[in-house]
Amino acid sequence: MNPNQSLEAYIARIEEACGEEKDVIVHFRYEKKDEAIGKMLRKAKVERTISGIIFDLTYKDLAIRLYNTGKAVFKKAKNKSQVQEVLAELLL
Amino acid sequence: MFDPYRVREDFPIFKRKINNHPLIYFDNAATSQKPRQVIEAMKEFYEKHNANVHRAVHTLSLEATELYEKAHEEAAKFIGAKSIEETVFVRGTTEAINLVAYSWGLRNLKREDEVLVTLMEHHSNIVPWEILSKIKGFKVKYADVKPDGTLDYDSLKEMLTPKVKLVCITHVSNVTGVINDVKTVAKLAHEKGALVLVDGAQSVPHMPVNVQELDCDFLVFSGHKMLGPTGIGVLYGKREILEKMEPFQGGGEMIREVSFDLETRRCTISWNELPWKFEAGTPDICGAVGLTAAIKYLIALGMENVIAHECSLMEYALKRLKKCTKIKVYGPEDTKLRCGIIPFNVEGLNSHDVALLLDSYGIMIRSGFHCAQPLHQKLGIPSSARASFYIYNTREEIDRFVEALKEIEQAL
Repeated sequence: MNPNQSLEAYIARIEEACGEEKDVIVHFRYEKKDEAIGKMLRKAKVERTISGIIFDLTYKDLAIRLYNTGKAVFKKAKNKSQVQEVLAELLL
Repeated sequence: MFDPYRVREDFPIFKRKINNHPLIYFDNAATSQKPRQVIEAMKEFYEKHNANVHRAVHTLSLEATELYEKAHEEAAKFIGAKSIEETVFVRGTTEAINLVAYSWGLRNLKREDEVLVTLMEHHSNIVPWEILSKIKGFKVKYADVKPDGTLDYDSLKEMLTPKVKLVCITHVSNVTGVINDVKTVAKLAHEKGALVLVDGAQSVPHMPVNVQELDCDFLVFSGHKMLGPTGIGVLYGKREILEKMEPFQGGGEMIREVSFDLETRRCTISWNELPWKFEAGTPDICGAVGLTAAIKYLIALGMENVIAHECSLMEYALKRLKKCTKIKVYGPEDTKLRCGIIPFNVEGLNSHDVALLLDSYGIMIRSGFHCAQPLHQKLGIPSSARASFYIYNTREEIDRFVEALKEIEQAL
């Protein structure tokens, strides 16, 4: 199966944000967000949790801020493709 | 008396909850919400009057044409234009500026000329001029902005040499809400023989704007930021200037005649009268109907009331935000210089985090550069969060917004 196709099951949208920070923002599909969050929490290192609402994770060289509303900010990612690769490792 | 709670009743979207919280919409500088009057007008058009405009003889076409032309009349009256010939319908502010760039700029700007823009412009009032400068070889100059986000008028005066043929200036900054004195800038520009294009995207929806009073040569704005639908906007141009300009796009509607010479096998084309000369192809008729409804709605509220309400919200929000220790607000201290847009950052968080955190409270704000990267670079900020208010926002919503920010401050 094409990894990008299976990622589509989890991800509604990936957007490269503007601003010097070069963040990449991922919106998970509503019906798959809890599953995606669970998988990410299991595979990435949880550095900090704030009231179970926000999770600061690290995975390889990336810092990820994960929100329980089903969104994630990938900090200082090179581009969307890098984030897709990481997401494939975390979710598939 | 202006009552935002009564206004809210006209906006179906405020029945929604986002992330289990009542929706607070503070992203009005990006686009506004739509009252049922606009939604109904558009629905009625498609249910009862839908047809193409101009050059048909049937009843429906006549009705659609009347509605479409009426929309031009309403738009002209709303901004104080002398007639509908001066109001061209376009897709929005961006297309209006591109129309001026290609119809006027391409033919009138020469290598030795200069176009003066300000550092606080939206990209839509920068990029078309930079693209055109690469074609024509003229120079684009940038008037400076002070550290508080206000325009440096001395810098503008200094750069306003006789070489400048066009001054492009926003009426209100979409980042800081700073209100520019475009009337004075127009006077200065005209003294040097330059034309003036005013970006009214953030002013026309929020305050009384009269093009004759401003004496601008062009004014551009979008319908979707003033309760209307997306896909419709207005280019105002002084009639004598528009008459001399060549069309932007070619096609149906914008021509009077396309006559084929059987001997030379060439077409001779004459342009339609204003404003249709600039409206090639089937226009956004339903969008125009929606825009009419939006204008009527705003007129009924009174634009003086609209700006007074937004400024009161801005002052209230600034007062409350000052008490938040980790929040840095940008823009001038003097609230008379700004209107209902507040850019800010939260210490230790980037703007996207702030927007995402507020989203979890049901509060919609924008983050990033807001299509004004040069201004952010000038102000030395990597990006900003932006709250922008409109007629349906309330002090109670600002209280919830500030309380959410306080919780975020404490949590991080």
